[in-house]
Amino acid sequence: MQAFTTLNGLVVPVDRANIDTDAIIPKQFLKSIKRTGYGPFLFDEWRYEDVGQPEMDCSNRPVRKDFVLNQPRYQGAEVLLARENFGCGSSREHAPWAILDYGISCVIAPSFADIFYNNCFKNGILPIVLSDAEMDVLFSETQAQEGYRLNIDLNAQTVTTPKGHVFSFEVDDFRKHCLLNGLDDIGLTLQHADVIRDYEETRRAEAAWLF
Amino acid sequence: MSKTLFEKVWQQHVVKANDDGSVLLYIDRQLVHEVTSPQAFEGLRAAGRQPWRVNASVATPDHNVPTTGLEFGITDPVARTQVEALDANCKEFGITEFKMDDIRQGIVHVVGPEQGLVLPGMTVVCGDSHTSTHGAFGAIAMGIGTSEVEHVLATQCIIQKKPKVMRISVDGDLPAGITGKDVALYIIGEIGTAGGTGYAIEFAGSAIRSLSMEGRMSLCNMTIEAGARCGMVAVDDVTIDYVKGRPSSPAGEVWHQAEAAWRKLHSDADAVFDKELNFNAADIVPQVTWGTSPEMVVPITSSTPALADAKDDVQREGWTRAFEYMGLQENTPMSEVLIDKVFIGSCTNARIEDFRAAAAVAKGHKVAANVKLAMVVPGSGLVKKQAEEEGLDVIFKAAGFEWREPGCSMCLAMNADRLNAQERCASTSNRNFEGRQGAGGRTHLVSPAMAAAAAIKGHFVDIRDWEEKAGN
Ligand code: SF4
Repeated sequence: MQAFTTLNGLVVPVDRANIDTDAIIPKQFLKSIKRTGYGPFLFDEWRYEDVGQPEMDCSNRPVRKDFVLNQPRYQGAEVLLARENFGCGSSREHAPWAILDYGISCVIAPSFADIFYNNCFKNGILPIVLSDAEMDVLFSETQAQEGYRLNIDLNAQTVTTPKGHVFSFEVDDFRKHCLLNGLDDIGLTLQHADVIRDYEETRRAEAAWLF
Repeated sequence: MSKTLFEKVWQQHVVKANDDGSVLLYIDRQLVHEVTSPQAFEGLRAAGRQPWRVNASVATPDHNVPTTGLEFGITDPVARTQVEALDANCKEFGITEFKMDDIRQGIVHVVGPEQGLVLPGMTVVCGDSHTSTHGAFGAIAMGIGTSEVEHVLATQCIIQKKPKVMRISVDGDLPAGITGKDVALYIIGEIGTAGGTGYAIEFAGSAIRSLSMEGRMSLCNMTIEAGARCGMVAVDDVTIDYVKGRPSSPAGEVWHQAEAAWRKLHSDADAVFDKELNFNAADIVPQVTWGTSPEMVVPITSSTPALADAKDDVQREGWTRAFEYMGLQENTPMSEVLIDKVFIGSCTNARIEDFRAAAAVAKGHKVAANVKLAMVVPGSGLVKKQAEEEGLDVIFKAAGFEWREPGCSMCLAMNADRLNAQERCASTSNRNFEGRQGAGGRTHLVSPAMAAAAAIKGHFVDIRDWEEKAGN
């Protein structure tokens, strides 16, 4: 997994609450058996006039010009702002895969759906929770200033605006450690293989029907 | 010390506590389907790893399978690739799979309990958010992402932080015509789609205890729509009776040991919850969603909301967008909303009891002329067989419903079953998101009886009035 340490990235504001994973990546793209290639289809129904199909060439598709991701000033965005309950709905990890494949590695919102939040960390994306008031500041500054970038420092747990405002955020130590170092969970867990085996032995003695 | 149901099951599964408060949690059962597993198997292969405990996982294809013309196989080449990848992966790694030609095949969340693969007190995961369904058995059942599917395959564990625990009690007698689905939609309407975020929810109270296992599964199924990590119901006679005698349930002496352990799976009388909510069963009226989120729900007796009543600008903006997408105005009585299609199925409502309820309504009637398609899609091959033995298929077909093969079907429209743009559907599934049942399609979530009644009348009706006003 790719590590996340610091990022100075262009910000795109998607000013909506309850953005679900069906919107982030519609179901027809779930037929792929790969982890990559979803970026062109991120927010497919909001981004294009036509209905996208897996593996199609997106370069000539008619785009919805009013959708924020299509506006020239936000091209190359690496940080996405959204409102509450981002990533709700289906557990599809294709949603973070699409976000990452598009080039976004940090999502900032007042709250996230649990499974999506978790999936981000497994894929080198940093989800940041800020208060509604802080989100209001970021939304209005982003909209007001073309080329608005945020400075994100995972180690220091801060988001710094161009004017030098600093917002702090919380993140679990373990998740932070894995993200900073790009560590693969499975390898870490397998270091405790003996403990898992001991647990199984004890459990089998008390609940044989589980094995 | 007194404990909640959730704490009891959680503690039995902690393999190791980490310094930061997360734990390595042991997983007893992993259910696998074709959409969220290929990349996990690919990861195992790339790392040269084998499944930790091969008999803990069971697979079945469901999302992509066609519901008609099975003799032709899957004609969509991309979907076929995915189902074939599941077959090949299960074969390579030695995982039991109920394939498309197996009568046990169906939606994972219907198949698991039906086979006794989900038992009380288990930890159950699946790369699917509606894994919450299995909490109906007093299990901790959670949806996970594909990276975690791989992690569970390789280690039989997941890394989890303990969520807070909320108890939602619904007391009193559920009025006639009110199902687990209505209870779920009602609660989501009250607490919102983020109301359960960060929590495991225990559903309790006399109204919940009065639900059958099917009703409890519908309710727990939709816990994820309230944002919760999982939903649970304590074990009682209803649970034990359902589990007994299933193919993978314990038998003989082990059954008695298991039953004794399961009988302890309830919250202790003085257990403390992080949050408690109480509702009255008598307040629940048949529910219909009007918008593009399950929290946009109203009683059938009422109308779409007025924009002026939104709690803030973000909600008003959301409602405005939903009205536009759904092609509805504010203050429209729900009983005036005409529908184009009906879908009775999905992991929320494709079990035998759901079909009995829908068939009871459809019996002797005809689907309304304005309804282009009304389809009934069983949750598994075995549900289909049982329904046919009870003659339900004959009732549906006589009324003009299509009787299909098992799968997820129009719940998410990954196969050929879908809404066209602007078509309006009465659906027993669990999500009314934009485009969920087909790009531009408009979904209204209801119970099976409400869906059947809407099919007959061509618009939503209050199922409680059905007997008198159906014009029999
Ligand atoms: S029936 Fe619908 S919600 Fe259930 S598993 Fe299938 S697609 Fe998901």
